Amino acid sequence: MKQAFPFAAIVGQDDMKLALLLVAVDRSIGGVMVFGDRGTGKSTAVRSLASLLPPMAVVSGCRFNCDPMAPASSCANLCEVRHESGTPPPSESMAVPVVDLPLGATEDRVVGALDLERALTRGEKGFEPGLLARAHRGFLYIDEVNLLEDHLVDLLLDVATSGENIVEREGLSVRHPARFVLVGSGNPEEGELRPQLLDRFGLSVEVKTPANLADRVEILRRCDAFERDREAFTASWAGQNLATGDLIEASRGRLGQVTISDAILETLAKLCIAMGADGLRGELTLMRASRAAAALADEPEVTLDHVRRVAAMALRHRLRRNVLDDSGSTARIDRAIAEVLGS
Amino acid sequence: MSDRTAEMRWDDAHLAALLLAIDPVGLGGVALHGPAGPLRDQWTDYLRAALPEGAPLRRMPVGIEDDRLIGAVDLPATLRSGRPVLQRGLLAEADGGAVVIPMAERLSLSVVARIAAALDRQEVVLEREGLARRIPTRLAVIAFDEGMGDDEQMPAMLFDRLAFPIDFSSLNKVMPLVDLPDMTAARDRLREIAAPSDAILEVLVGTAAACGLGSVTAPLLALRAARAAAALRGSRIVEPQDAEVAARLVLGPRALTAPADPDAAPSDTQEPQEEPPQEEPPQDPDQGGDQQDPANPAPKDGPSLEDLILAAAQSALPDGLLERLRQGGTDRQPASRRVGRGMAENSPLRGRPAGVRQGALRPGSRLALVDTLRSAAPWQGVRKAQQDDDVKRPLIQVRREDFRLKKYVQRRESTIIFCVDASGSAAFQRLAESKGAVELLLAEAYVKRTYAALVVFRGQGAEMSLPPTRSLSRAKKLLAELPGGGGTPLAAGIDMARAAAVSERAKGRDPLIVLLTDGRANIDRKGEPARPGANLDALDAARQSASSKIATVFVDTAPRPREEGAAIAAAMEARYVALPYVEAGAVRDVVIAQKVGK
Repeated sequence: MKQAFPFAAIVGQDDMKLALLLVAVDRSIGGVMVFGDRGTGKSTAVRSLASLLPPMAVVSGCRFNCDPMAPASSCANLCEVRHESGTPPPSESMAVPVVDLPLGATEDRVVGALDLERALTRGEKGFEPGLLARAHRGFLYIDEVNLLEDHLVDLLLDVATSGENIVEREGLSVRHPARFVLVGSGNPEEGELRPQLLDRFGLSVEVKTPANLADRVEILRRCDAFERDREAFTASWAGQNLATGDLIEASRGRLGQVTISDAILETLAKLCIAMGADGLRGELTLMRASRAAAALADEPEVTLDHVRRVAAMALRHRLRRNVLDDSGSTARIDRAIAEVLGS
Repeated sequence: MSDRTAEMRWDDAHLAALLLAIDPVGLGGVALHGPAGPLRDQWTDYLRAALPEGAPLRRMPVGIEDDRLIGAVDLPATLRSGRPVLQRGLLAEADGGAVVIPMAERLSLSVVARIAAALDRQEVVLEREGLARRIPTRLAVIAFDEGMGDDEQMPAMLFDRLAFPIDFSSLNKVMPLVDLPDMTAARDRLREIAAPSDAILEVLVGTAAACGLGSVTAPLLALRAARAAAALRGSRIVEPQDAEVAARLVLGPRALTAPADPDAAPSDTQEPQEEPPQEEPPQDPDQGGDQQDPANPAPKDGPSLEDLILAAAQSALPDGLLERLRQGGTDRQPASRRVGRGMAENSPLRGRPAGVRQGALRPGSRLALVDTLRSAAPWQGVRKAQQDDDVKRPLIQVRREDFRLKKYVQRRESTIIFCVDASGSAAFQRLAESKGAVELLLAEAYVKRTYAALVVFRGQGAEMSLPPTRSLSRAKKLLAELPGGGGTPLAAGIDMARAAAVSERAKGRDPLIVLLTDGRANIDRKGEPARPGANLDALDAARQSASSKIATVFVDTAPRPREEGAAIAAAMEARYVALPYVEAGAVRDVVIAQKVGK
């Protein structure tokens, strides 16, 4: 397994890094969609996220990553039943999964299927969990998500909404929790994303190569150092990576105490209306993202600054599509923010 | 036009092969443009000799499927052992060597995406048919591109990852091979190359920007090429001469703007970016020199490093770049390279995989082996118990009801070719609303697999303003500015739309022409103003289009429709719709009605 480029060593790309941190702090924000050109470090950032995240506790032996404190009612391992019987299940700690869903994956590996080996060798009917099970409580990453086959997209849409994977195939009937943060990346020049799928992402960011030549030189310098000695380079960034991990953990702890005033809530609603962002989801995401931003900044209350920082990423992909309006969605958002929040 | 001699090109192609053989994984590979032939074979043999002994060089068949590309279950072995056994795909088989891709301009995007993922990760992440594996794929890609013209180019997703674009298209004589240096020593030295100086890094980034290359990928590939060049020289230090080689082999041939052009945008040209002024290395604000000629900076002690490297890049600009720039055709740059598509995806044998279903095996259907085994597996105990002991039975009993077949959705793709009359006073409205209709259709197109194209005719002739595309963002970019006004060369418009339709049909898509005009032709096929002649030409073009059996909708945009329009529509065997107040939504509805009605 290749060593991942350290998250902290990524030059610039503040929006993308912030979006990933926000969802790491508050998973209920939903996923992150990263649009951008090649060579902007999209997949690097996502894959290096794994090494940042504080480990999580799981029920020992549960193949569905059940939380020992709140086992899922739908867990096929019956963790909840064991939990309610009074004896708390033994638990262990594991790294938060960041699971790749590669192009070309077949349905059986995504949703899970009959364990062929057990069936053939021992004649037993067993369930072999798929990627959705592995990603529970973690991240599911799809690079070039706009190229994913339609039938897999349909599957994902369903599970991403219900948080539960229901498998009915080959005489198996299995239900298990599958709540994951969906992270996608892609280049819009290579095909559009289905609006239904786009809607499942809480945040969306656009990444571009830094315009500034000094930044590009710095990127080149770090890539060179990484390629010449991965271990030394990773070690030299370990401290900063660790600090980011601590920040995520501390922010999660603070999240519950962050308050949000009625005035701010009203502003959020106004902002969504001004932009014609469809549905309640936009408002909810905007609120959660602002709160997570406040927690990351270690501030007790959500302010307009936090809203301003996350508004574009929370709303950009929800704007009602007006293909005749040539001004980009970012420009429209900036305009609305200026109108509603004042500059 | 770059004026490099054939010998220089041939030598550089060899140098590229050597550098690639020193760092195949880092450099990604070559994009070799030119016809199949002895030169290409000779070059490939040279590369093979330069690569480590025994390094695999696997050729990728056109229209390869996932099973062979990234891997699948090895059925006989699986049956024998009772557990899923991996059959590696072509990419994994080329681990440690290279994959050779002929006709890379025809690759489908889904194949390219898998190759790109393997290049980036140096492994194939396989999640297929009960297998979950990571298989090492440390390889280079040798992509042969025989494409002619802008229409046929290798997908950018692949091109951008390959360090060396090589152009053989203007070489026509066989030339002597260059001797092979000690490659093993060079490869060993590569690991010991010291960190490059800041000056080297800056000059590579600066030169890439001057060539209009806005991403970090290009300078990074150039840096790796410079490292390999140093190793090849027998040095452990990256020197200016290595950067020069990198600029000539990596940056120059992929240039989008000519570096010498003082107006050339230094970076991303898409949007005006506020570049902090101090970032731009000012071109020598010589002390007190009031109006220094920028082409002749004050004499110094020899040329500066930047000048040297820029000159190296300039010596290898792609053929025709300056020509294109002069014509203002900057949109036809490789940045918006066409998304290549293979025949395979459109062939009726294939379509897109869409899961698995139960069913009987018939000729042409494809067995989903693993799913079939899965459905048979639970019954093995029962079936074995039922059988006669004397009869020799297979290890695993598969019965008809177990068969699972691969399901493919056969969605015929279609292309809507808007052919828009941009002449006269109504031009602006017609153009604006046709653009709107293109964008509306593309916005909805992903489900319907619809491509849209736009042919505009005005003045003396017709022009393909938007080649068939499915990308809304690409369409928006190309449609941003379209001029209007002038005469009505209707015949030229119809001819071009028909040619586009025929070429789309050859790609396996159903073409539909939507012609928006008031039908009043006044420019004939020769580009001369002649009303009766123009009309006759238009009628002739219309009849030809009808004989090609291309579905057509004629949208008459005249304020008061007259007979000419209807006559041309009849000659085209088109559906006739009068729409005096053109409006994007209405045009879209007409198109959808036509497609549903079929």
